[in-house]
Amino acid sequence: MDTHAHDRRRFLALSAAVAAAPLLTACGAGFGGDGGAKGDGSAADDVTGSFDWRREKGTTVKALLNKHPYTDALIADLKSFTEKTGIKVEYDVFPEDNYFDKLTVDLSSGRASYDVFMLGAYMVWQYGPPGWLEDLGPWMRNSSATEADWDQADFFPNLLQADQWSLEAGAPLGQGGQYALPWGWETNVVAYNTEVFGKLGLKPAETFDELREIAGTIKRKAPGAGFDGMYGIAVRGSRSWATIHPGFMTMYARNGLKDFTVDGEKLTPAMNTPEAIAFTENWAGMVKQGGPPSWTSYTWYQCSSDLGAKKAGMLFDADTAAYFQAVEGASPASGKIAFHPGPKGPDGSLATNMWIWSLGMNAKSKKKSASWLFLQWATGKEHLRRSAITHNHIDPVRKSIAEDGAYKDKMKGLPGFIETFETVVDQTKIQFTPQAQFFDATTSWAAALQEIYGGQSAKSVLNGLAGDLADKVG
Amino acid sequence: MRPALRPYVLIVPALLLTCGILYPFGLGLYYTLFDFSASEPQPDMVRFENYEAVFTQEAFWNSAWVTVLYAVGAAAVETVLGVAVALLLHRSTILGRILEKILILPLMIAPVIAAIIWKLMLQPSVGVVNYLLRPFGLGGVQWTDTPTGALLSSIAVDVWVYTPFVAILALAGLRSLPTSPFEAAAVDGAGWWYTFRRLTLPMLWPYVLVAVIFRFMDSLKVFDIIYALTEGGPGDSTVVLQIRAYLEAIRFQRYSFGISYTIVLWAVVYLAAMVLVRHLGKIQRRAAEVTTK
Repeated sequence: MDTHAHDRRRFLALSAAVAAAPLLTACGAGFGGDGGAKGDGSAADDVTGSFDWRREKGTTVKALLNKHPYTDALIADLKSFTEKTGIKVEYDVFPEDNYFDKLTVDLSSGRASYDVFMLGAYMVWQYGPPGWLEDLGPWMRNSSATEADWDQADFFPNLLQADQWSLEAGAPLGQGGQYALPWGWETNVVAYNTEVFGKLGLKPAETFDELREIAGTIKRKAPGAGFDGMYGIAVRGSRSWATIHPGFMTMYARNGLKDFTVDGEKLTPAMNTPEAIAFTENWAGMVKQGGPPSWTSYTWYQCSSDLGAKKAGMLFDADTAAYFQAVEGASPASGKIAFHPGPKGPDGSLATNMWIWSLGMNAKSKKKSASWLFLQWATGKEHLRRSAITHNHIDPVRKSIAEDGAYKDKMKGLPGFIETFETVVDQTKIQFTPQAQFFDATTSWAAALQEIYGGQSAKSVLNGLAGDLADKVG
Repeated sequence: MRPALRPYVLIVPALLLTCGILYPFGLGLYYTLFDFSASEPQPDMVRFENYEAVFTQEAFWNSAWVTVLYAVGAAAVETVLGVAVALLLHRSTILGRILEKILILPLMIAPVIAAIIWKLMLQPSVGVVNYLLRPFGLGGVQWTDTPTGALLSSIAVDVWVYTPFVAILALAGLRSLPTSPFEAAAVDGAGWWYTFRRLTLPMLWPYVLVAVIFRFMDSLKVFDIIYALTEGGPGDSTVVLQIRAYLEAIRFQRYSFGISYTIVLWAVVYLAAMVLVRHLGKIQRRAAEVTTK
């Protein structure tokens, strides 16, 4: 027997197979971190004396940023931060598809590659419990570290609360540590093409049944009315957590529905209650009746593009997704896009889910004082006002900017934008139950939605989902 | 350098490479014995509980089934098409020589880019595929909206990218075959089909099988094409083992559990490779017999 040949074959097979585990290296950073153990005191306590913007001059802060128009506004204004503080900001910008993987891997490695970064409120639920995020509360409360003009009370309270959590699964937001600061946000409302609405004699829907009806009407009639290939309503449909949180969760909440019921420390999935099943079935029906072709691959990008390209009559998603198509010269639909709060729930509720681009600090950062100055500046009135008025940092997180005449002047060219914003702002909050398995739960929920859209029984799919999540989350 | 040391010095690069592969592999294997996750940064030893959880999860068996379907489907179609293309190009014509150069173009595109391009082309309302099919009354096909359509579309992209690889290997094999058996067959008046079945195919098999081994093992490990095209949807219909491992380890931050998935996949690929490589030896001996007959 040719044992050498046999050994060579074994080696070939082994080496080919070893290459099958590329994730191993990605996860090979060691049992990162210190178990989330935090010191007794915050580094904020080390800052004493009178407040001074130039306290950390000569320091360099490293930022990880997501590619976004809000980010563009921030980068464009960085020079003024450096002039004011003497702190240099180095940054890496990643597209959204890879951004959170990059951030997660970086934070989980326990290193301090980035001192500050962008994150959403949902990420606090994932990054907070392992101790990766600095509690910014002590910094905010320290008058030596924080300028009096920063004015915490100027933030919309629901936004500030959305980044506060006690790290206990199921505990409501707005208590515990402040793990990030609201910087830019998005409400989920309906934007519509005024041209097709005018031609077909339609009015924005006030109830969900009307919304479904209008979506179907547009899909049936718009192509014959000169809107070639137009369908009714663009909503996200890809197999991702991001499918659940905009339009779907907003309408779900307006119907008084919950993702989980909380009993003490026990979370019970509630997406399979009879009311939730009926609503989900209705949502999938609306997509079939008036949604986009190839819906299961739809992300915010396709939804937004379709509204701008006059392929979608309506968009139920982040207001920014419509805004960037609506501004002059941005798309074929520019000047023909209007905003509306969207359908009310049966009891008139306009409960709206939101996304908050927030800024957080790495708990392992060696430059916390300089990082805090950066966060303070980036969420301060001066920079945010400039970003809102001269750039596209819309949906201000500060009340003073939302009420600013120059901001209102800028936005009044978009029909219904200001009115919609003002109507929903007080009812906009995180509608999900905070818990660390959020991404697993919502990704599975999106997969379930796709199966229902594909014709499977909503009851059986959602019962399966609830059973699966009860083991993981409960 | 002392001659006695020379073998040890020569082996250093290979040793370093092996360590570079085996260290993270061993570390990953070690982690699977713990319950390491973002919420358990100081994990406890759980021995084989992660593997037990993997094998008792319905999602694992679904992913394993989808992975096998994908790998068998892609490798089979690529083999048949690749060999057919190689046979056509084997005739030395001007067109053949031009096509031979063009053939490798898909291989020069990163699979993830190919998948994104195909995603746009398969888009029902604005994609070029449905536009071209519209005159035949097939303009409304929703390629990735159904479980079967999504899997077939993913396989189609794989076939588009990798068929040239099989074709090039088969073509190299065809060109290296000895001419005398074919000349003898021609003198004896053997037809094309008989020559192909009795001579070309048995002698070409070792080359084809090498291509099959590469493509089958590679398809078992697929991630990029499917993730870019469907993200594993609709539902769980295209969640192959690598996607499941990625979701568990990176997206959901259950590191040990996610790595367990990759270890199971490694074992599957290892076994498949062992079987196929052993089979390759037999095929090589049979081809040698045909040549010497």
